Amino acid sequence: MGVVAGVEAAVKRPLFGCRMCGQCVLHSTGMTCPMTCPKTLRNGPCGGVRADGGCEVKPEMRCVWLKGYDRSQRLPLLPQAWRDGFNHLHPPVDNRLQGSSAWLNLATKRDRERPAGWTADER
Amino acid sequence: MSRLADSLAAGRFAVTAEMPTIDGGGLDEVRLQLEPMRAYLDAANATDNTAAHAHASPLAVAIALRNEGVEPIMQLVCRDRNRLALEADIVGASMHGIENVCCLTGDDVTAGDEPQARRVFDLDAPTLIATARAIADGHYLSGRPVEPAPRLFVGCVENPGSPPYEYRVARAHKKAAAGARFLQLQISFEPARLEAFMAEAVRTGLAERVAILPSITILRSSSALRFMDAHVPGISVPAPVIERIEAGPDQLEACLDLAREQAAHAMSLRGVAGLHFISFRKDAGIAKTCRRLGIPTYAERVEHGYGSPVAV
Repeated sequence: MGVVAGVEAAVKRPLFGCRMCGQCVLHSTGMTCPMTCPKTLRNGPCGGVRADGGCEVKPEMRCVWLKGYDRSQRLPLLPQAWRDGFNHLHPPVDNRLQGSSAWLNLATKRDRERPAGWTADER
Repeated sequence: MSRLADSLAAGRFAVTAEMPTIDGGGLDEVRLQLEPMRAYLDAANATDNTAAHAHASPLAVAIALRNEGVEPIMQLVCRDRNRLALEADIVGASMHGIENVCCLTGDDVTAGDEPQARRVFDLDAPTLIATARAIADGHYLSGRPVEPAPRLFVGCVENPGSPPYEYRVARAHKKAAAGARFLQLQISFEPARLEAFMAEAVRTGLAERVAILPSITILRSSSALRFMDAHVPGISVPAPVIERIEAGPDQLEACLDLAREQAAHAMSLRGVAGLHFISFRKDAGIAKTCRRLGIPTYAERVEHGYGSPVAV
């Protein structure tokens, strides 16, 4: 892990439980890391959320997406675009970026690379 | 065009059903399971390792259904295969003329009898839908062409009975935006949740973007309801529903009554384009329920027309 990635991990792990996927979408998920969902879902909650808000896989844990949904609505100071981003269709994870710095990938726009056949953004 | 797509495009009330899972018994078992319901179906779902239990694969069952003259809906879940395997199954299915593909996230491995398994979830339901759409547009996710582009009718699932309730329609819109054209709802024993979902679906235009088919479950006994309530995450069964089945002298009959009531309620809601049946019994529960509701067979629906009971 590089220096920047090391610093990023040191900041984001305790704050968000960051898994260093290298393509951060926290801003559009109510500052709740979707990679902490046991299914690593990046496009919203699955149908297994329990009536008490518990996760399908870990019933004692509150569904990550339920938290994200609440926060995306309620967090003060969250720009409106970030709130609206909750409905954005995120492309599949690029698994090659695991462990790299999302900050650097943002700066270099590497995190915006899509597979050539990912046309959902155009639809 | 698949006949399911055709029915829905024509505004004809559609009936789909879950094909029971197949383990042993081969094609004879497929025929046996199909027989009591096939006359009523537009198409049957070939499920993908339901509740994280291994069964005959959806592609194999879909091919068998097609050979039996019943149109398949191949379900695909994201739990067991990565994107390459999912793309391969979609293209492989299209090779056999299978057009209907229903994309789900899938239960977790911990729901099944092999919880030691590695969970995949390389894609999620919305990105799987977008991937199927990409293939229908003539290319894999990589951009590599699939020529000629296969004809696909892509669907999805949503659970009106799972929190955050008020977000479920928005999530279905995301799936519609990704390319889904039909939506089979998760099993529900809470009519009020279905009603709220459908009202929002009509208000926000979801019912025009995707054809919505609520699921109707036909069970054998109250113990199945108790099991679902206790052990299937995302499904709640209100106590009065369980007590009502228990109170009756004949639980099989009481379960049929419940299904008929729930179906009649679903059919009374604006925006409902058809019904999806899930029967957990060997008898002709689906056919009986359709007859009691006055839903004609598929052939009769095509010949004489049968629109949605409520104008959409």
